[in-house]
Amino acid sequence: MTASPTLGKDLTGLEHMTPEQIRLILDTAEPFKEVSERPIKKVPALRGKTIVNLFFEASTRTRISFEFEAMRIDMVVIRHPSSGAAEFLGNRIDSNVINAGDGKHEHPTQALLDLLTIRDKHGKIEGLKVCLVGDVLHSRVARSNLWGLTKLGAEVAVCGPWTLMPRGIEDLGVKVFGRIEEAIEWADVLNVLRLQLERMEKGFIPSLREYYRVFGVTPERLERSPRAITIMHPGPMNRGVEIDSRVADGPHSIILDQVTNGVAVRMAVLYLLAGGRAELADAAKRGGGE
Amino acid sequence: MSRALQRMAVEIVELAHGTDDLVLIGIQRRGVELAERIAKLIEKEEGATAAIPRGALDITLYRDDLETVGPKPVIGETHIPGDLTDKHAVIVDDVLYTGRTVRAALDELADFGRPKRISLCVLVDRGGRELPIQADIVGKAVKTVPGERVDVQVEELDGRDQVDLIR
Repeated sequence: MTASPTLGKDLTGLEHMTPEQIRLILDTAEPFKEVSERPIKKVPALRGKTIVNLFFEASTRTRISFEFEAMRIDMVVIRHPSSGAAEFLGNRIDSNVINAGDGKHEHPTQALLDLLTIRDKHGKIEGLKVCLVGDVLHSRVARSNLWGLTKLGAEVAVCGPWTLMPRGIEDLGVKVFGRIEEAIEWADVLNVLRLQLERMEKGFIPSLREYYRVFGVTPERLERSPRAITIMHPGPMNRGVEIDSRVADGPHSIILDQVTNGVAVRMAVLYLLAGGRAELADAAKRGGGE
Repeated sequence: MSRALQRMAVEIVELAHGTDDLVLIGIQRRGVELAERIAKLIEKEEGATAAIPRGALDITLYRDDLETVGPKPVIGETHIPGDLTDKHAVIVDDVLYTGRTVRAALDELADFGRPKRISLCVLVDRGGRELPIQADIVGKAVKTVPGERVDVQVEELDGRDQVDLIR
């Protein structure tokens, strides 16, 4: 029997994870879906664990100093406006740290639930053509998806206005489409990103109506594809801006499955990290999780 | 093994006073196969018109040793056929040893309803209990000491039916 992969102490991003570690989380998430259908939707695996949700809002930069050890906190879920915040914290405390979004860097659990939802729908990820549409430049969801999808063997493309495409993204082996029609012709799956409305104020796009007219995912555009394209969105949606309501609620949308799978994936991550033994965490630090 | 299963099937029907409220719950993994076989034997024996409901239970998330053993790589399927309230649930497993698996299974079943009775049926009781738990129906009782292992193989998963005591 080969040694099964472990996750190490923290989940800060998908960039440095192995495909085996990603698959371990997806496989562990499967049985948690059934838990969500039980009359009692809880299991006692984490009984007695103290978990802190640490959500820093951009507007309330209160400096909080937590005496984590004194409070006997086992796990910290952190969202922070600065890229690298989760890793910074994880390197300084013994508790497990889970990144729930750090700046423009990563949002690993969102990407993991996206991967699980794609795998459920298509039975595989390898070889699928997945296009991330919209504000890739500012999107940590896009970045984590990109790492996860390429590690599991999908072909990845991005599509959106040039002002919202990161420079040099082609170097990561990603196709870039400047027109949504090209993306639709190419893709099996469209993951439509949320357009932050303040992007317009800051001059990245001329107007929301203009954005919808040029990049909006509409039934009329999808009809031109020979395939039924799977539609995803990490939410919350701006209906009538990046996505048309008829598409969001249409037969090929798996947006509601994403919501359901989000719970299962996050339960799986908590479970896997909580069970991580100290010696496994040390080994992971030395050798990338073997 | 087939004679033991046959006898266990008969004893289950006796214990449950028939098959009306009977539900067989196998513990992952080999208990699931054994429950399936016992259910078929009961159906044949009783000439049952309706199938005996059977379910599967993976107790991983109810274990008390996550901290020391670490997470199990793959958690098996849990599937409970309908509401267990007022049913007679019979837990089926291959080996009864410390009783900790059964403790976890009892906790988990309680989250699916309130059966009027829960019984325990095991193919091998090897002693060595660490909790006050006992089986209602036993295929074979074997005296063992810590360090020994009882391996149950079933046709469906292992290609043959066999019980080994490994010293």
